[in-house]
Amino acid sequence: MAVSLAELRCRIADRDALTAALEQALGRERVFAQPVDLLAYEYDGSVLAALPDLVVFPVSTDDVAAIVRTAGRFRVPLIARGSGTGLSGGAITPIGGIVVAMSKMRRIVSIDYDNRTAVLQPGVINLDVTRAVEADGYFYAPDPSSQSACSIGGNVANNSGGVHTLAFGVTVNHVLGLEMVMADGTIARLGGRGPDEPGFDLTGLAVGSEGTVGIVTAVTVRLMRRREAVRTMLGIFETIEEASQAVADLIASGIGPTSLEMIDRLTAQAVEPAVHAGLPLDAGAVLLIEVEGVRECLERSAETVERLCRANRAREIRTARTEEERHLYWAARKGAFGAMGRLAPNYYLHDAVVPRSQLPAIMHQIGEIARRYRIRVANVFHAGDGNVHPLIPYDATEPGETDRVMRASEEMLAACVAAGGSLSGEHGIGFEKNNYMPWIFNDADLRAQRRLKTAFDPDDRMNPFKVFPTPVSCGELLTRRPPRLAASGLWI
Amino acid sequence: MDSAARDGNGSARRGTPPSAPGPRASAGEAARPIPRLLIPELDKCIQCGFCLPACPTYRMLGVETESPRGRIHLIEAAAQGRIPLDARLEEHMYVCLGCRACETACPAGVRFGTIIEAGRAEVGPTGSPLARRTTLAALRHLMPYPERLRAAAGLLRLYQRSGLGRLLRRLHLMPARAGEMEALLPAVPDRSFTPAQGVLPAFGRRRARVGFLSGCAMSVLFPDSNEATVRVLRRNGCEVVIPREQTCCGALNVHNGERAAAQQMARRNIEAFLGAGVDAVIINAAGCGVASKEYAVLFRDDDPAYAARADAYSRLCRDATEFLAELGLTGTLGEIRARATYQDPCHLAHGQRIRREPRDLLRRIPGLELVEMDGADRCCGSAGIYNLVQPDYSRRILEEKMRAVVRTGADLLVAPNPGCLLQLAAGIRARDLPIEPCHIVDLLDRAYAAAGAEASQDGDRRPATAAPHLTAPSGAA
Repeated sequence: MAVSLAELRCRIADRDALTAALEQALGRERVFAQPVDLLAYEYDGSVLAALPDLVVFPVSTDDVAAIVRTAGRFRVPLIARGSGTGLSGGAITPIGGIVVAMSKMRRIVSIDYDNRTAVLQPGVINLDVTRAVEADGYFYAPDPSSQSACSIGGNVANNSGGVHTLAFGVTVNHVLGLEMVMADGTIARLGGRGPDEPGFDLTGLAVGSEGTVGIVTAVTVRLMRRREAVRTMLGIFETIEEASQAVADLIASGIGPTSLEMIDRLTAQAVEPAVHAGLPLDAGAVLLIEVEGVRECLERSAETVERLCRANRAREIRTARTEEERHLYWAARKGAFGAMGRLAPNYYLHDAVVPRSQLPAIMHQIGEIARRYRIRVANVFHAGDGNVHPLIPYDATEPGETDRVMRASEEMLAACVAAGGSLSGEHGIGFEKNNYMPWIFNDADLRAQRRLKTAFDPDDRMNPFKVFPTPVSCGELLTRRPPRLAASGLWI
Repeated sequence: MDSAARDGNGSARRGTPPSAPGPRASAGEAARPIPRLLIPELDKCIQCGFCLPACPTYRMLGVETESPRGRIHLIEAAAQGRIPLDARLEEHMYVCLGCRACETACPAGVRFGTIIEAGRAEVGPTGSPLARRTTLAALRHLMPYPERLRAAAGLLRLYQRSGLGRLLRRLHLMPARAGEMEALLPAVPDRSFTPAQGVLPAFGRRRARVGFLSGCAMSVLFPDSNEATVRVLRRNGCEVVIPREQTCCGALNVHNGERAAAQQMARRNIEAFLGAGVDAVIINAAGCGVASKEYAVLFRDDDPAYAARADAYSRLCRDATEFLAELGLTGTLGEIRARATYQDPCHLAHGQRIRREPRDLLRRIPGLELVEMDGADRCCGSAGIYNLVQPDYSRRILEEKMRAVVRTGADLLVAPNPGCLLQLAAGIRARDLPIEPCHIVDLLDRAYAAAGAEASQDGDRRPATAAPHLTAPSGAA
């Protein structure tokens, strides 16, 4: 029973009064109400777009509390937004409402090396945490590819992983405590500074809840000590299946690589002109392998890596000789999504997880699906975690192409789930995959989750229409780039 | 913000390129699509957001509308007719520094500079009606004419020497803005760059025949640096051609949405240099370098045939540091005992991807210690005439820059671009710092002169400080 989103759009009884109340609380310059300004908040890093009614910019926890209370009075939904780099539409407003932009709350509040923690405002850029502590030998472990731009608040919302998830885990493993403004405008502290606080694990609940239970205003994270030495290598393979088998073998060997990243041919062709990392453009796949540890042990690990890659018919193994070269390898991996703009004006990707043992088979299946739908697919992903990202460059202005891409993606996602995998590794469910949730959860599972959400947010005003299945499909919001001719109607 | 004043009066003129300062679209007026603004560069942005932290104004203000991704989205929306070209949109387009740091950060290779310039071409120069009229007049009637520019510089010099400014300030007759603008200007030198001959021979064996774009600001405000450039080129075996028909490159016109005069100026330079039979056109101002290397974009819609000729010219253009590093320095460089820090001009680092070459050249100078500052490739806030258009933001950006400079303990601040030099010099003056701003060619020239002084053993080994004049015979080594 498809319902139009327009019918569901939140109705604000008195927008002027709401705007005035928010301006009163925050100051005029921290409330955006003009159409031009709102337009810059209709998108995030995904392919979805929807216009918010207002955008507000808090600078403190009290500001956020005031915003939540005001929105409550006017019964308007709230959507917290970090850097807007998310890939599942988590920061867009399907039924309108107020975007709470955390981009002015970007202070590193404190760093405590003795206890290896830092307290951060949610707008702090992920990479800035590591930058602030790296001179002292520390780092913040979760490192999504977008780490140079994405915010800690967004990472908390999506329980982000990264290229070192294989060794260090995801965001929830690195968040000790949160300060959160609840749906009623009260300020709660969840967790603390230690690894195991008494009571319910509400930090664990909030991390990954995609802004549906409250708005996080401070995050206490764990800092990690840099390992003594690191070695970064590129294994160059003829086929992606062989590279996938090497991944399985490397994990089985027990050397414990800290990252195993797959870059296939199409990805290399897109990213190489941007980064000049020397990736071969004719190889089937490049495996980016990193091992860390005590200097003396690395030599042996590197030998194992080389042996296992060769056993899977790797044609070449390269080792980064300088820090600069190492950064280039990583820049190639992390710039991959953005570089898709070089192939086509749009791209669509799914974030799914399969058991590692299934990697070679799923790679083969994805290739098959792409051929059947006559689309190109780039595979660039966290191979070590079995976290695949089939990425499809396309041109939305080509009639029928968007539809074909969506159907192919859905089929790829279904194949991953059928292989014993999951819907999302790290990008979140957002407004993109919420209707796929029944693929992996039954009614009772979903009801249990829904009741928890309702306990925190009885009126469903915190990022509504996300995560849980809705009667509408995200296809309605695939309007970020209106096909040009249709949009204009006036010129050819 | 004076947008209210401009809203709601008169008709929109979105259909034609701006010909005179006129009112923007009225508030509430229905927007119409602007097909020519739907440029292909827009297609490449996939809105990943990697540009946000690289953008000085997003870093400062934390709002999407003042970020590259936001501006691209708004320009596209205006092109599609979703929003009108109103005062608010104009404001967003002119808060942008045009520094292109986003181009370096962009994994998709979006040429943001081209997009923002196309957007500004639709709205024309920014500011109050008076400011817009003044800017337009300067862009159209001053910049294209070297002789008028020299005359204007002469008037400014007269004013500076007369003490009129001091008098006005003492009598509190100087408006605050004017005072700020005045503080940005260096003392105008006695003479501008007017080489005696059109062709200057190489010193020693000829290795190349190059043209030299003498530029507008460089010629009147930094004539010594122009002379140093020519001398350094000649010392490196270059025969230097300085065509008299050349003019300002038109960068400021393009940056401020004034394309018609920019096209005329580009044509003049293209013809002057293509006719001179040179191996390369040497440019010692980063902003002029980018503009010159992108001339083809100026013509691709209006005169596609000429765009090819523009492209041929662009392929000859080299920044002085790029060219010298490519050619390889010859001759002996004398010692300059100093600690230097290098400011990447945005239009060199981001616009032309030139970072290594100037640093390599500086490292060639014996005795010179190069200390990197934090965020060397972050804009200083000069950004063409940004410091005049957005003085408040410009000041905040400069403040951060000066702190980074001071932390290095450098006594030389090197920046091969006139805009940066003016801005940094103003920052140094305002703080009374013991730091000398200079162009990289000044240092190379001094190092060569110092080597000459050492060779002739005339006294102590102190590095030369005053650059010898172009026409002086001292250069003939």
